[in-house]
Amino acid sequence: MPGLGTTFGRGGATTAQQDLANADAILIMGSSMAENHPVGFQWVIEAREKSGAKIIHVDPRFNRTSAMADYWLPLRAGSDIVFLGAMINYTLANDRWFRDYVIPYTNASTILREDFVDTEDLGGLFSGWDPEKKQYDSETWLYDGASAKSEGTQPGMHENSGGHGKDRSGEAQNLDHPRRDETLQHPRCVFQVMKRHFARYTPRMVEEVCGIPAERFIEVADIFTAASGREKTAAICYAVGWTQHSTGVQTIRAAAILQLLLGNIGRPGGGIMALRGHASIQGSTDIPTLYDILPGYLPMPMHDAESAGDLAAYIKKNRSPKGWWYNLDKYIVSLLKAYYGDAATPENDFGFEWLPRLTGDHSYFGYWLDMADGALEGLFVMGQNPAVGSPNGKLERKALTKLKWLVVRDLVETETATFWKKEEDCDTEVFFFPAASHVEKAGTFTNTQRMLQWREQAVEPPGEARSELSFMIELGKMMKARATELNRDAPLRALAWDYADDDADQVLREIHGKSRDGAIKHFGELKNDGSTSCGCWIYSGVYDGENKALKREPRGRYGHGWGYAWPLDRRILYNRASAAPDGTPWSERKKLVWWDEAKGEWGGDDIPDFTRGKRPDFAGDESRGGDEALRGDAPFIMHPDGVGWLWVASGLKDGPLPSHYEPLESNLPNAVHPRQQSNPASNRMERPDNAYASSPDARFPYVLTTYRLTEHHTSGAMSRTLSHLAELQPELFAEISPELAKEVGVANGDVIKISSARAEIEARALVTGRMPSLDVQGRRVHQVGLPYHFGGNGLVTGDVVNDLLAISEEPNVRIMEAKALTCDVRRKC
Amino acid sequence: MLAELLLKWPLIRQLVNGGDGTGVEAMSDTTKALRPKNEGANVARSICPYCAVGCGQLVYHRDGKVVSIEGDPASPISRGHLCPKGADSFQLVTHDARVTRVKYRAPRSREWIELPLAQAMEMVADRAWKTRERTFTESKDGKPVMQCTGMAHLGGATLDNEENYLIKKLFTAGLGMVCVSNQARI
Amino acid sequence: MTTTGFLTDSTLCIGCKACEVACKEWNDVPDDGFLWSGLSYDNTLTLGASSWRHVKFVEHQPRTGCGGNAPGHSTWQFSSDVCKHCGNAGCLEACPTGSIVRTEFGSVYVQPDVCNGCGYCVVACPFGVIDRRPDDGRAFKCTFCYDRQKAGMEPACAKACPTGSILFGDLDKLQRRGEERVEQLHAAGMDDASLYNPTDTSVGGIHAMFLIRGDSRAYNLPPKPEVPTTLLPRAWTAAGIGAAAMVIGSLAAFAMCGSGRSAKR
Repeated sequence: MPGLGTTFGRGGATTAQQDLANADAILIMGSSMAENHPVGFQWVIEAREKSGAKIIHVDPRFNRTSAMADYWLPLRAGSDIVFLGAMINYTLANDRWFRDYVIPYTNASTILREDFVDTEDLGGLFSGWDPEKKQYDSETWLYDGASAKSEGTQPGMHENSGGHGKDRSGEAQNLDHPRRDETLQHPRCVFQVMKRHFARYTPRMVEEVCGIPAERFIEVADIFTAASGREKTAAICYAVGWTQHSTGVQTIRAAAILQLLLGNIGRPGGGIMALRGHASIQGSTDIPTLYDILPGYLPMPMHDAESAGDLAAYIKKNRSPKGWWYNLDKYIVSLLKAYYGDAATPENDFGFEWLPRLTGDHSYFGYWLDMADGALEGLFVMGQNPAVGSPNGKLERKALTKLKWLVVRDLVETETATFWKKEEDCDTEVFFFPAASHVEKAGTFTNTQRMLQWREQAVEPPGEARSELSFMIELGKMMKARATELNRDAPLRALAWDYADDDADQVLREIHGKSRDGAIKHFGELKNDGSTSCGCWIYSGVYDGENKALKREPRGRYGHGWGYAWPLDRRILYNRASAAPDGTPWSERKKLVWWDEAKGEWGGDDIPDFTRGKRPDFAGDESRGGDEALRGDAPFIMHPDGVGWLWVASGLKDGPLPSHYEPLESNLPNAVHPRQQSNPASNRMERPDNAYASSPDARFPYVLTTYRLTEHHTSGAMSRTLSHLAELQPELFAEISPELAKEVGVANGDVIKISSARAEIEARALVTGRMPSLDVQGRRVHQVGLPYHFGGNGLVTGDVVNDLLAISEEPNVRIMEAKALTCDVRRKC
Repeated sequence: MLAELLLKWPLIRQLVNGGDGTGVEAMSDTTKALRPKNEGANVARSICPYCAVGCGQLVYHRDGKVVSIEGDPASPISRGHLCPKGADSFQLVTHDARVTRVKYRAPRSREWIELPLAQAMEMVADRAWKTRERTFTESKDGKPVMQCTGMAHLGGATLDNEENYLIKKLFTAGLGMVCVSNQARI
Repeated sequence: MTTTGFLTDSTLCIGCKACEVACKEWNDVPDDGFLWSGLSYDNTLTLGASSWRHVKFVEHQPRTGCGGNAPGHSTWQFSSDVCKHCGNAGCLEACPTGSIVRTEFGSVYVQPDVCNGCGYCVVACPFGVIDRRPDDGRAFKCTFCYDRQKAGMEPACAKACPTGSILFGDLDKLQRRGEERVEQLHAAGMDDASLYNPTDTSVGGIHAMFLIRGDSRAYNLPPKPEVPTTLLPRAWTAAGIGAAAMVIGSLAAFAMCGSGRSAKR
């Protein structure tokens, strides 16, 4: 989540679902929350019903969320940054921004370097673009006077890095002692640069690019921005409708900028709610099964010919002199101790050398294409179904035929487990291991608001079904038993693997950490000398004396005592910003955390996301490192300057500010920057089996967007096999407008063929005015909506919608563009 | 005896009790004995496995079998409610399509065969080990890289934190696998 | 026992169908077929023997700028239909076997162990709710989770409903709450909101009320539902008394023969 990570400091939702009930307005965009998070949506309904909060839904379709909203604006898929850019512009132009919040709490006043050139002056590119390498050098985006990094690339800009590690915001070295102009008049201060950058994003541009009438946009912009300030707050909810674009991270950045300008971060009823789609998808980034990070957003070490490659070099590169990431050395050393136990010593760099180095694009799509080319031998798939759930399904499935062996673990035979039934000549050996369900094992999920919740085991798994925990413990023992004396096997020999079968509690305690002398309370006690170990520093605190993820005694406004939200059970992140710089609440109505002079500490309804005893007027001790160098009015404690970043000087691969680019496939020119059609830094990964339509392309005249339905879950493996869900949505359909139906001669219920440059599939036509055709740039634009849950196995089956998509990589997190591409529709003869 | 029998006759009861013969007096023994199926069952406190809202669930179980799954009213997030998917959790964990035996498909085979779990584990361990031996790189440009690129992992967003922890620990920190990924990108 | 009821508020319904699934899970109701209807997102279509809750989708042409909560224009309305548990229940009155009973909670309950599948109830329901299951022959409908209510638990649908669209509780209180809600919606400019509870027809009020916008017929709710068997109860009672008198007469005669005392009477 680098969109949130770079702006605020942490890659997670800034708020809690319950807190949406405190909002005065809620913008839901890039999400159909009522459909995909129905139970979370009760808090939106509560805001609407109890305090008359206005609910705004911006979406290509009128869906179940729009049906509960006060305002619905249909936009052309892929034009979100224009809408949000115009919201930013409206906020600045109409003086709706929260001055008293923005000046102390953001980098609005920070002065930028003279050699930065904006998209306005470079035809849609920022300065630093290298057309040969097809990537940016971000040096000119730095703050004025910041020292350039002495070695290697800018943090977060390494070609092998993904976006997750940059959540660490370790861009610090370059951001010391920024020059500021708190009058915001300096032409090169962030505020002025930003104002100029977004000036082009007008209501007229919204009408032109998004297809939303200007007056409708203004009405909604007025409502949202008026519901912000000292007395009011507004929240934003989004999901993969924003993420799955070639400009996904920058879209989220635009929302983050808007919320900072309106003063909505860290305050009750404000924030950005990232709605995530799997039970522990937040957890699987926190404790990653990802290639580019280690637990707690510590970056994976990169192979870098110029760097010494040892622990000291790693710490030097990734640690901040100021802000919380100053402590990175303690966290990496404690992790290495958790990994390698007694074998990790100061003499051997705590085994740092044993960690593998990244040498290329080891991300999902990166390695999958290698797999399609025969470069991989084996694959473990656990609880995921790429044959249906991933883009360019044909290529996904073809790649599986190139493997020597494949292990699939799931509850049912997924299409990934049975891909060979249509590829009978393939040589792949396939092992299917039945998995234990959520009631047959104990453990924690981390939900969309960063809360760990422990599940008790109810019953034993049936037959030979086992948990992944049990599988991994057993496999680990078998691998360790095979380890030789070769240097290659040194990490395996060293690996601390003394696990009792299926004991998740033991693993959670390892994640929480301990010291040589005994228990620790939380990550504040971790050391860099090897005397402590901790499997994931941000989770440290979850097992302070007892398993807090199992606590079920909620109290107060935010349900403290139920589960455990990282870090340190703070429910609203950056909540120091709910008080003015002097420590008093912005208003009685919106108070959350404030300075208690009598007690000499921060208190309130949430656990302060701030050093408890640090006075609001503390000036920051520059002679000390880390948190103590930050002032008492610096709420964004992960950042080296303690403020929210309207401007991201370093850490994003496609620009310091969001800029609109058309989707990789689009029939419309980029009206904002005519010379730059699509995001220059995105990777199309184009090849014969991953072809693209040209932009424009007469063969594929319509816009295609994909989504989920309430009645199904992702690839359908947990819903198409269940009669009570399958019967509710038994067949794949495509939502099209009556106008498009007429144009292609299709009646409701007809079987139609939908084709893209990759594939052709069949679906039933669901002709509905809820999928409107729009007027965009003087043309009539028709959009086609497809839910992506169907595949070949289960009680109800259908074609794989994801076969239509291309594999592509957004530059920061390497996600595909699933929400806006081009297609054709015709009647099946 | 006869009087008892007669009193069970709805008509008689209607006359005796003054009811209209369609009320409690007309209930069968089964109806009278009706109780909720989860009454007296054991309860495990759980969390819904579908999306990331994190709804609380109560898993009622008896004699090693799940009886029913409902929302947990105490949850400050879900307040006892569930969506259709969460409400279908009992079916999710008990339905017939769940596989309970290890299956194996040999190269070019057209069918699954069942394998004992222990044998399948050995076979997987052997294959992973051989792949690692073949594809491990110790150094590049004179610097250690200690990586194995010949095998990959996919998945994690539906798994537990403890499981993801062990996956990353064994695969990356132990075996040197760098191709480790999951659904999370938001 | 207090009389309990449902109040289903369509202005809070998000059309998620949690009620349908929760009902099926608790009551072990089988699937109702896997046919795609092409009618909005509604593939359940009607209440029936294997669908005891049914979320109706009412679709109109949307208007840009106007969400479904806008006062002037409703685009996509959802409402979860269910057995009305009528004050005068046609099904109950038509049932010749005594299978259908009124519980201590005022709800109408079909006893599956008594039902013989005659189907008289099916035609007697003014709302077309109760139905026979083809494979089994017996009639089924919402039980108002009688088993749960007996233990003080709320029905499964109401418990699951994420947005409080399905409320369960004391019938009189729900009636008042419904009326207040209508006033509240009118004040918010939703002049077309009303509480559906036909008290002035032969059904004599219902125990599952609905808060709707616009014409009730769009929600499968007839404006003037009538119980076809409205005169039957008296007829049945009269017949019953006649028959009982005869039986008692015979029994008495039989008993007299044995004792010899009654001959004098």
